[in-house]
Amino acid sequence: MSVTKPGVRAKRRTRDEVPDGQFLRVKQRLTSRGATIAAIVIATLWTIPTFGLFVSSFRPADEIRTTGWWNVFVRPSFSLENYADVLFASGASSANLGSYFVNSLVIAIPATLFPIAIATMAAYGFAWIKFRGSGALFVLIFALQIVPLQMALIPLLQIFSGTLGISGTFPAVWIAHTIFALPLCIFLLHNFIAEIPREVIEAARVDGANHTQIFFQLILPLSMPALASIGIFQFLWVWNDLLVALVFSGGTVEVAPLTQRLAELVGNFGRNAERLPAAAFISLIVPLIVFFSLQRFFVRGLLAGSTKG
Amino acid sequence: MQILSALVSVVGGLAVSFLIYLGLNFVVQKTNRKWEARLLPYVFIGPVLVLIAAFLVYPAVRTFYLSFFNATGLAFIGFDNYTSLFGSGDFLNVLLNNLLWILIVPASAVAIGLLVAVFADKVGPTREKIFKSTIFLPMAISFVAAATIWRFVYTYNPPGQPQVGLLNAIVTGVTNGDPVPWLTVDTAKLNSILLMIVVIWLNAGFAMVLLSAAIKGVPEETIEASRIDGANERQTFFQVIVPQISTTIVAVFITILIGVMKIFDIVYAMTGGAYGTSVLGMEFINQLFSFGNPGKAAAVVTVLMVAVIPVIYYQVRSYRRQETLR
Repeated sequence: MSVTKPGVRAKRRTRDEVPDGQFLRVKQRLTSRGATIAAIVIATLWTIPTFGLFVSSFRPADEIRTTGWWNVFVRPSFSLENYADVLFASGASSANLGSYFVNSLVIAIPATLFPIAIATMAAYGFAWIKFRGSGALFVLIFALQIVPLQMALIPLLQIFSGTLGISGTFPAVWIAHTIFALPLCIFLLHNFIAEIPREVIEAARVDGANHTQIFFQLILPLSMPALASIGIFQFLWVWNDLLVALVFSGGTVEVAPLTQRLAELVGNFGRNAERLPAAAFISLIVPLIVFFSLQRFFVRGLLAGSTKG
Repeated sequence: MQILSALVSVVGGLAVSFLIYLGLNFVVQKTNRKWEARLLPYVFIGPVLVLIAAFLVYPAVRTFYLSFFNATGLAFIGFDNYTSLFGSGDFLNVLLNNLLWILIVPASAVAIGLLVAVFADKVGPTREKIFKSTIFLPMAISFVAAATIWRFVYTYNPPGQPQVGLLNAIVTGVTNGDPVPWLTVDTAKLNSILLMIVVIWLNAGFAMVLLSAAIKGVPEETIEASRIDGANERQTFFQVIVPQISTTIVAVFITILIGVMKIFDIVYAMTGGAYGTSVLGMEFINQLFSFGNPGKAAAVVTVLMVAVIPVIYYQVRSYRRQETLR
């Protein structure tokens, strides 16, 4: 583990409790003021691009084209027309984001649940069933999570469009996402499941539980926090993915996700300038909700993921 | 309606997986004890091994094989794809771009993440939370949405027209100069660097969260001791804190490095690889779809794979070392 679990610090003396000399305390207040100013500057720099787009998305179309978003502070005028246009307008050239939004959901939910279900079983197998070659196989899986997924795309596309005949359908996208998620999911879940105390598993075995019972009645409930964290990550990963969609979704309004449609719109920036802010925010709503409501899990997942290396 | 069919697929898919598991388990339990012990592991990891072998390992090997074939995949052409790639100035520029991405982005993201983590530690709990959230927020944003956000920062209108892009508004407003078509200027790799800034913007929060947790894990006693010895803030930071969080720094660096080597979406959505900004991930998609040449696309991604191998080697080695320490 390269990262200490958060909370460890609480047991230690914190900096504020340390009885500093008068001089040190004054000095600390000064650095803290400098830090606050630096923090405000960095935070502003980091937020402005997103904030600007957010403001733009509520401005009337002709104003987006002719004036910068900061003009709202001088001459405020807002409308929801852009959102109505990109979501619901019909016609050949319309953005149609309502349909793509549904597609994104239809892609992301199965592509989150499938890999996690399969990976949990494999992680249990690697962590708690001893067999020859398990170490080598696990290292192979560890290595595979680093291999660029582009390496598998062309033959996979050939298999999907030839042998299986599912190219351009939801199952093709689900399977691709599932496969690509497996190595990392197995690795992270293995780290978690292997940490379950041996006595807990031994006690269940002594009581006569077999592997199936141990897995479903013990491992699965105990792993729920880890499953939640990894699930959030996988969901966001799939929701935000462009590459897999580009190769396997066929780009149709029936299957393609929001990211792919947004990329098409950005590709023709000049013609779509007034639609893009609203379109981008529609693609951001779900990740932002996930981010703000589940930030705790999100951070915990990040910290768990960093134990590698 | 689609949602409904997706939910049915989820339930169906999970049910099928469960039935496969029960079936395998049933068969294994019918065998004698010796064979049961031997086969049981594969009830749990068998399905995964089959999936990974069929849809990941086999395709990866086949990609390597395909890189020696022409666009139709029918005629074996030896190293022609590679010689044609390395003989073209455009591709050498792609390699140079990838190298610059690797050199600039991970180091910058880690440095900014570290800086933010240090400042955040000093502003008090409530402000720390808000400050961290603002830096961390881009983590949830997709590359495509980030590209959209920054296209508006970099956007260009001809001189004389109002500049709606923030960067050009500043340039024309402050210096009174002409607006710059940022994304088309590849002098000194300016446009590539502007793309890198977007990815640094996305990754700094990731680095910050991990490094901040690591800094908070540094024992207070070591920091006190260094202060008592008369070290100033900077010395304490570089000589006491940084050495103790070096494993995390390396881990964060490598994670971002791996992501950057495969970078694709940002370039695709911002320039499409034009104006000399292309990278290997972009070139792969161009060869595959724009030029309809899977053989050459396979060669491009094989080059990328060769570049990634040292990283894999390093990661596996440090993983093994860590395992033996347990």
